[in-house]
Amino acid sequence: MSEHVVYPRVYVTIFLVLLVGTSLTVLAAFQDFPGPLNAVVALTIAVVKGTLVVLYFMHVRYSSRLIWLVIAAALFWLAIMFALTISDYSTRSWLPVM
Amino acid sequence: MPDAIATTHEAGAHSALQHHFENMEQQREAGTLGMWVFLVTEIMFFGALFLAYTLYRYKYPEAFAAASNHLDLRLGAINTVVLIFSSFTMAMAVYSTQVGKRRNSIICLLLTLVLGLTFLGIKAVEYHDKYRDSLIPGQLVPGRPFNPAVAKPGETDEHKLHLPPGATVKNVEMFYWIYFAMTGMHALHMIIGVGLLTVLTIMAWRGRFSPEYYAPVEISGLYWHFVDIVWIFLFPLLYLLGRHLEGHGG
Repeated sequence: MSEHVVYPRVYVTIFLVLLVGTSLTVLAAFQDFPGPLNAVVALTIAVVKGTLVVLYFMHVRYSSRLIWLVIAAALFWLAIMFALTISDYSTRSWLPVM
Repeated sequence: MPDAIATTHEAGAHSALQHHFENMEQQREAGTLGMWVFLVTEIMFFGALFLAYTLYRYKYPEAFAAASNHLDLRLGAINTVVLIFSSFTMAMAVYSTQVGKRRNSIICLLLTLVLGLTFLGIKAVEYHDKYRDSLIPGQLVPGRPFNPAVAKPGETDEHKLHLPPGATVKNVEMFYWIYFAMTGMHALHMIIGVGLLTVLTIMAWRGRFSPEYYAPVEISGLYWHFVDIVWIFLFPLLYLLGRHLEGHGG
């Protein structure tokens, strides 16, 4: 049986960490970090929060390798969509306008 | 061709077990996998919206910061907490069902339902604020085109748009197209989630779930948590991106 019961203690911990993460992201947003660091900090906190939800609330930590593969495939295709599109938009100005 | 294909399980099998599955465990695993494959399509769907956001934010940074600062940070933050709390109660509903505590599972499902409706209610208040300030883009609302009042230098009226150098009303409108597309699609997912929770609550009330059969709660939970994750990204990207510029003319 791969069925796994996650106990309330774990859920409470994750819930509290998510609340701390939310407070941190609001506090960090009012600090003026150099360059693009504000966006980097905000996205890092969001990725950590999202990962905790996936691993514990969505039980992926205790799920089969097949589920891991499905999620990895989704993130891989998402990365392709972002990488190729942004590489296009961010380099358009490199060519002289005819 | 075999003349006898088993279409039923022998007596003693769980009544919720479909004929094409060997046992409850296999059925539950298949359902979970199916939900994850659906969530992959959802990741790609919302991914495209996030990509559009990224490109236009990169193109119009000043307008995006100004438009974002006009959103109600307090309501956005409260909604984030409401949604995280609802994810927690959803997780607790799955746990209660797994261990066979019917009463607790009904309470948790109802709490999740109420928190989901609270989120939608707060969202409606925000949408109404945008309507009042004529910030609904294009002609989405007939007779109420996008036409926000722009604050003059030194003016502090919070209903007016405060535009820093480089930001135009036209580009602020682009932010609001993306804002309404993303939060609107998210709200639609919440409405569907509230519908799912209503069905689950009724099923739990009728005693349909047990430690052997809780797949519908588990799978709907996956969906609910996914919608929560989308908001975890939407909140900083839409509400917080320009806050650090507010002090100096931003």
